[in-house]
Amino acid sequence: MTAILYVFALGALLISAMKSREKTMLALKKAWKAFENILPQLSSILVIIGIALAILTPEQISRLLGSGSGWGGVLLAALIGAITLVPSPVAFPLAAALLASGAGYMQLAAFISSLMMVGIVTIPLETNYFGRKAALIRNLSAFIFSLVVALAMGVFM
Amino acid sequence: MARIKATMKRYRFFILLVTVNIVMVFVHPSLGIKSIGITFKNIKEVLTIIPPVFILLGLLDVWVERETMIRYMGEDSGIVGVLLAFFLGSAAAGPLYAAFPIAGVLLNKGSKLSNVFIFIGAWSTTKIPMLLLEASYMGTKFAIIRLVLSLIGIAAITYTTERALSKDERDEIYRRALVVE
Repeated sequence: MTAILYVFALGALLISAMKSREKTMLALKKAWKAFENILPQLSSILVIIGIALAILTPEQISRLLGSGSGWGGVLLAALIGAITLVPSPVAFPLAAALLASGAGYMQLAAFISSLMMVGIVTIPLETNYFGRKAALIRNLSAFIFSLVVALAMGVFM
Repeated sequence: MARIKATMKRYRFFILLVTVNIVMVFVHPSLGIKSIGITFKNIKEVLTIIPPVFILLGLLDVWVERETMIRYMGEDSGIVGVLLAFFLGSAAAGPLYAAFPIAGVLLNKGSKLSNVFIFIGAWSTTKIPMLLLEASYMGTKFAIIRLVLSLIGIAAITYTTERALSKDERDEIYRRALVVE
């Protein structure tokens, strides 16, 4: 998978460079800036994962967020996802680490989905653009959707 | 000096965590060293996967012509408008809250409201580089199941939100876009 990713990115970079040097440089600058923007959070979460996984046993994580935690675990994961503001490039390493330490696919799917689509903290900002009603309905239906994704993961994974 | 201070401030939480970990090494060596081991393993993994993802992010952001696409997302744009809205969101870079100001621009230029919700939905969950990242971390099957469901979910959320709003409330959203701009 990682090899495909590199082939894909380098191929795109080459085509871009052949078409326009300036635009390619701009794209690389944007790429660096986007990375630099998440770096404080990314580096922090990596240390948190390290500390948490050193202290917590796989059994404890599994009890909280494992497949045996059932809908309680799914709901907990979806709520954490709805409240926190974690960029996706940071969330996937976290989810993968939790998966390896005993968390379940359903629970992680609920966390990832609600993290991406629901933003309780940013509802005021969303309200500025769409009004309170639209913002609330969008977030609520997105939250329900993340539970549906969890359900589907339970069926298919 | 001011720059160092600003950097320190941005990384203060990280610095605090590293300090905690170092203290752990002295207080409880086995846990502290285990923790550092896990962290380094994850750093290595992240640094392997992230460069191509962000290069794609930058390229998509630079090459996708927003201005031209927005022109074809109006009230009578039909399926073309839907696909453009979807692609525009999927090719973007940045967190969801960065999508709202751009949604404001779309509304200002007369994009259909449902297309703007589709754009928000795509921005939040079907960004192309993130799908690749998800597949490499969580497995291709997991990523594909979530992608297929997200397509259905974006349609459902768009439909629900738009149907819940009255004509007045929809007009109000367009008025807000003018003010917020």
